[in-house]
Amino acid sequence: MAENILRVLNEYSGLFIQGIGYTLLLAFIAVTCGTILGTFVALLKMSSNVVLSFIGTSYIELFRNTPLLLQLYIFMFLLPEIGINLSPFAAVSVGLVLNTTAYISEIIRSGIQSVDHGQTEAARSLGLSHVQTLRMVVLPQAMRNILPALANEFVTDIKETSLASTFFVGDLMTTYRTVNGATFLTLEPLFIAGVIYFVLSFTLSKLVAYLERRLRA
Amino acid sequence: MIKFEHISKRFGSLEVLKDVTQQVNQNEIVSLIGPSGSGKSTLLRCMNLLEVPSSGRILFKGEDITAKGVNINIHRQKMGMVFQHFNVFPNMTVEKNITIAPVNLKKMNKEQAHNRAMELLDRVGLRDKADVKPVKLSGGQKQRLAIVRAMAMEPEVMLFDEPTSALDPEMVGEVLEVIKDLAKSGMTMMIVTHEMGFAREISDRVLFMNNGVIAESGTPEKIFENPDNERLKEFLSKVL
Repeated sequence: MAENILRVLNEYSGLFIQGIGYTLLLAFIAVTCGTILGTFVALLKMSSNVVLSFIGTSYIELFRNTPLLLQLYIFMFLLPEIGINLSPFAAVSVGLVLNTTAYISEIIRSGIQSVDHGQTEAARSLGLSHVQTLRMVVLPQAMRNILPALANEFVTDIKETSLASTFFVGDLMTTYRTVNGATFLTLEPLFIAGVIYFVLSFTLSKLVAYLERRLRA
Repeated sequence: MIKFEHISKRFGSLEVLKDVTQQVNQNEIVSLIGPSGSGKSTLLRCMNLLEVPSSGRILFKGEDITAKGVNINIHRQKMGMVFQHFNVFPNMTVEKNITIAPVNLKKMNKEQAHNRAMELLDRVGLRDKADVKPVKLSGGQKQRLAIVRAMAMEPEVMLFDEPTSALDPEMVGEVLEVIKDLAKSGMTMMIVTHEMGFAREISDRVLFMNNGVIAESGTPEKIFENPDNERLKEFLSKVL
């Protein structure tokens, strides 16, 4: 076994490194785009307009209450159906972004609500509009509060992206499948991928915890 | 300058303001006193529609600002407000706190706003704090900042909602001094306060609120020396 692991590492280390790259890239795309879109969805949900609020809430509930893998499948097959032809990587990215958006919008909503209402009142009393108040006063303060949660979402997404391997997009689990296909070894490449996932997630979440303590201090 | 006409405000089944009619004239300084929960702050907050009255009208310089379709932001630019908990913006420097509204509301360009900010900070003794974040300021300094932040918009009326209630006792004086200075400049002001000595000294008129109505109103001498209302007498006997 140990011998096989060394052999796999020796022959396929490039592939594993590529896998790490794609996995990190997918998680990065999901969290950055998800943060931008999630801000809008959070604002929709918090809107005093019943219709907008309903749209925001529906979006969040829909994506949080169905499995990510099912969503990815649907995007994979739905996008070509409606005339959008994307590479598997792009289609998976879209699916991950839309899914992550739902989770991040809830993080952002709680971040916005954690900003003292007096801040909004002070800004509005100066004559600033609702949008100006959000953009200049509330969101910058909310972002500070939610940065740790966003970073944790990134760590979660590193693991979630493994589902993307279903569509062979080059992530770490895709590497496993490629190595498995080439060598007929199963446990060895799985162990390697597992160790890499663990090291990535563990290090990053400890780093987040450290930065969070620094931010609080 | 400001007229309240038959203002009522309900929060659910609780009626906080009951058919209040009152006005504040140009250059007048009006203090609102009364027990907690009597509706003083709510009445003040109705003035710039931070609380929207359940019924009644508010006229600002003759215009009904409670009417449908009125852009309240325009009117708020002319009404500065100072809050009990300061509500300075912690994500901005002291100077930015002051310039953010005038610059973004196109009232001044950046240079004019900077000069105005410095002049105002000078007036309240905070010039050397221009580049620090409010977290470095004491409560009294924060409140002085909040006052000049409102002043930067060159408002026509200033609203003070218990401006010294959240301060350490030793910082109350410095904030009251700033408000007194403002009073001397002829600013129209409405002040909710528990500082009776201050209210008496600064006000042209004092309104005593109790249970959502203005139970008595008059000159400071009348209110503090010769009150008619039983509840006001009781209130004064406890706070003076």
